[in-house]
Amino acid sequence: MKNTRRGKVVSYNKWGYIFLIPFVVVYLLFSFIPLVSTVYNSFFENYRSGLTQIGPNFVGLENFKAIFTSGEVWIYAKNTMIMWVLGFIPQILLSLLLGAWFSDPSLRLKCQGFFKTVIYLPNLIMASAFAMLFFTLFSDGGPINSMLIQMGILSTPFKFLSNVWSARVLVAAMNCLMWFGNTTILLMAGMMGIDTSLFEAARVDGATSTQVFFRITLPLLRPILVYVMITSLIGGLQMFDVPQILTKGSGDPMRSTMTLIMYLNKHLFSKNYGMGGALSVILFVITGILSMIVYKFSNQKESN
Amino acid sequence: MKKKVLSAMLAVAMLAGTLMACGSEPAAGGSSSTGGSSSADEGKVLNIYCWNNEFRERVVNLYPGYTKTDETHGTIGDVSVVWHETPNENNAYQNNLDETLLKQESAAADDKIDMFLVEADYALKYVDSNYTMAVTDLGITSADIANQYKYTQDVVTDSNGTLKGLSWQGCPGVLFYNREAAKEVFGTDDPATVQESVKDWATFNATAQKVSDAGYKMVASANDTFRTYSNNVTKPWVVDGKITIDDNIMNWVNDSKALVDAGYTGTHDLWSPDWSAGFFPEGKVFCYFGPAWFVNFSMSADKEGSIGYNGGWAATEGPQGFFWGGTWICAATGTDNQSLVKDIMLQMTTNQDIMTQIVTKYDDFVNNKPAMEAMAADPNYSSKVLGGQNPLAMYCAGVNGLDLSNLSKYDQGCNEEFQKAMKNYFEGNATLDEALELFYKAVVEKYPDLTY
Amino acid sequence: MKDNHVNGTKKGMSMHARRILAYIVLILVTVLCLFWFLLLFINMTRSHSDLNRGFSIVPGTYLFTNIKKLIAMGERLPILTGLWNSLLVAGLSAALCTYFSVMTAYAIHAYDFKLKKFMFTFILMIMMIPTQVTALGFIQLVSNMKLEDSFIPLIVPSIAAPVTFFYMKQYMESSLPLSLIEAARIDGSGEFRTFNSIVLPLMKPAIAVQAIFTFVSSWNNYFTPALILHEPKKRTIPILIAQLRSMDWSNLDTGAVYAMIGLSIFPVIIVYLFLSKHIVQGVAMGSVKG
Repeated sequence: MKNTRRGKVVSYNKWGYIFLIPFVVVYLLFSFIPLVSTVYNSFFENYRSGLTQIGPNFVGLENFKAIFTSGEVWIYAKNTMIMWVLGFIPQILLSLLLGAWFSDPSLRLKCQGFFKTVIYLPNLIMASAFAMLFFTLFSDGGPINSMLIQMGILSTPFKFLSNVWSARVLVAAMNCLMWFGNTTILLMAGMMGIDTSLFEAARVDGATSTQVFFRITLPLLRPILVYVMITSLIGGLQMFDVPQILTKGSGDPMRSTMTLIMYLNKHLFSKNYGMGGALSVILFVITGILSMIVYKFSNQKESN
Repeated sequence: MKKKVLSAMLAVAMLAGTLMACGSEPAAGGSSSTGGSSSADEGKVLNIYCWNNEFRERVVNLYPGYTKTDETHGTIGDVSVVWHETPNENNAYQNNLDETLLKQESAAADDKIDMFLVEADYALKYVDSNYTMAVTDLGITSADIANQYKYTQDVVTDSNGTLKGLSWQGCPGVLFYNREAAKEVFGTDDPATVQESVKDWATFNATAQKVSDAGYKMVASANDTFRTYSNNVTKPWVVDGKITIDDNIMNWVNDSKALVDAGYTGTHDLWSPDWSAGFFPEGKVFCYFGPAWFVNFSMSADKEGSIGYNGGWAATEGPQGFFWGGTWICAATGTDNQSLVKDIMLQMTTNQDIMTQIVTKYDDFVNNKPAMEAMAADPNYSSKVLGGQNPLAMYCAGVNGLDLSNLSKYDQGCNEEFQKAMKNYFEGNATLDEALELFYKAVVEKYPDLTY
Repeated sequence: MKDNHVNGTKKGMSMHARRILAYIVLILVTVLCLFWFLLLFINMTRSHSDLNRGFSIVPGTYLFTNIKKLIAMGERLPILTGLWNSLLVAGLSAALCTYFSVMTAYAIHAYDFKLKKFMFTFILMIMMIPTQVTALGFIQLVSNMKLEDSFIPLIVPSIAAPVTFFYMKQYMESSLPLSLIEAARIDGSGEFRTFNSIVLPLMKPAIAVQAIFTFVSSWNNYFTPALILHEPKKRTIPILIAQLRSMDWSNLDTGAVYAMIGLSIFPVIIVYLFLSKHIVQGVAMGSVKG
């Protein structure tokens, strides 16, 4: 590694490089090399048929062509986004509401510590264990169905996992539940950071708390909202554990809950490194485009 | 894919009846003579790949001369034994085995796999490759294994007709019906009478309506009958690299669709809570398909209030014979412990004395026709779960006619994906064509070399 | 009460009503959050056959039986070893991740160098790369380095954690005045020493928050360990849970399965409950930014 010396003048700034060494070395080794080899793999026909290794044979862009002509990747991208949006919207609304309440000193909510602790809890549970629990709860003979039947709402069990929208909503609901506490704490922290004199000034001017929220809190909160959105989007694109366990990897019904990573997992599973690589590259590009949009969006607003 | 289990039924009672003579405890310390005499050409390390402790326990406790060092290590004579255990889920076992087998040639002698275990669904993947040795090359003759069930050898016979593995178990299956339900529907729970109503698929499906009228589901899920249909096909899943669907499999689709549409059965996955609800009277399921281990261990027979606990099941042959479960032992090509491998395979799958102890100790249904048929005729043996019935004759009958020469190395993926895809059709989320399309797509994702 | 609110307009709800509404919503949300843990706990206390027969809200009396059953499987399912392995991997990951993320963030925050801007953008960009995208190459790499069955590929990569870095960087901007570092330099403190004795202590709240985040995600991680660890003695808790699920049916006891899930979740929760105040405060400080 570079270790520039500049004679007798003490250059503190070289320490910037030194302190970056661990990150860079580890990143290059454990992320960058794998990334490059993944990309490299995408140009080859390379899979295992039973115990026979086929390839690697260079095939250029054939893998990409195969993925795009089948058009499936768009279906799974759409599924992923639908489930993310379904989970993200209630999550951000609920978090904004709770965050506003928590950070509002005039509301003087008691037991704040307790509530904050509790809403963050679901984030700690293993996603797979959580999905298993939901699977049992919403099974045809599970407690949710038996409750609905007892209450006279249903006459026969509703097959939650055999209906496109109920299955998607279940996945979204789980993601929402697991992450809204995290978001609330982040947003609340952001709200607490806002100069209280602004609120006081607004109150003196006769603004209602709703007005204060939309005119002062929300605009000032934009950076943290963008942060929450970016990280949630990253998480959303990586959505895997919950739908995978809930549907046993099938993405049923008719793959309407199959996410991009679940699809990638299918190829990795069959050791199809060519197709898996190509899919990873596509995923990489999609992520890149989405993040660019988010960055651009946030910058534009910033300049206003 | 669920690991299979051991057969349960052979309780101490039956042993007392038939195999009284053999009571000697195996020597854990190694006072008995070393089974595989390690000759000079033998390697120093015996590597065995497995996914759980099932075979290991049997070898550790029953193979003469095995000395246990710790859980996954031991010695036989001066050869040290290493058990490489990788759990089955998410295909981890096969992934690990594949990686190691592919490096087999270049591996140091002591690192080479000597022996590994496989299950029926993917046995051909290994058997139909150069990574497994023909049992004749090990010096095992057909006379040695004449008493084994034919199907257990079909499963591990490669496309050239060479036998490349052996099993100590037999897992023939039958139809278990709920005695209470049978009395309600047919007025009797006599197996012979019930058999008349389920003797072939047409009758079985017609019976479903009667059963349904009495408030029962014929079977818990359409997936229950899949194995019985798929064990009786006339062509394999893959012919010349092309995915094909056998007529009997399509019969399963059509029969099951009719049953599901009429509300006579569900579409639950096997082992799911909805599926296993029928192990209890409130579940209202008429019958399940399974081998001996199924009724004794998996149907909550040890749980108070279950049908099995109260001896409420009965066995009958059902529409067609089938098997479920079992573990096969293969010798890996390149092993440096050939004679020891041969001896372990022979001792564990043909030695009457050891097999008898497998029965007593582990309740396995062993792969030995004469012994099992003798027990079937034994009036002293009866199953408590089956309300005092001796089902052994039925197990033996169904499996004798079983022809499993139509296996392919793609079976595991095809069976799994087919059931998954058809679930969509049964539930009305897809047309038959859409579901078939999904099946083809999913299989090609798993096996990119196939076409359709 | 409404009239007491001098500055309130017609649209504004009275403080009293808002407070009641807030409590109602909070209680609903609390129920929604705790319900699952309650169910898990109830399931832990019910026997296999009770569970097979369906759900119930009434706890059973099988809690200790289930745990005993689980521990009785110890030989085949080394739970204690698993807990220790998970603890080791998650603990070391959390330590390395936070320490080096602070270091990386400090490099970007406190120094001016040519590649600073580039590095910052670069790290932000790689933050967006889903880990699964590189999984394929990662497995190949680990196998080439002969690091299968080793904890190294599970622990060391946490040094390069862009998300943690980003958080640390944000936190530094609000809570680490550069003048402090200048003062240390004037006192003759070396850069590395300044980092360890001044920067790290100041970052404690942020470290606590990120430590538990990293710990939990490492503790819950099933994907990577399952690809790398094969030896029974090396398995972590999530692998054991999966193994339990796929064990012989002759031995499957749903009550024990739930006991195992409970044992893998409740320790994390207990640790969290002790640290929660710290965490909530820490998150609050870290996310405040310009």
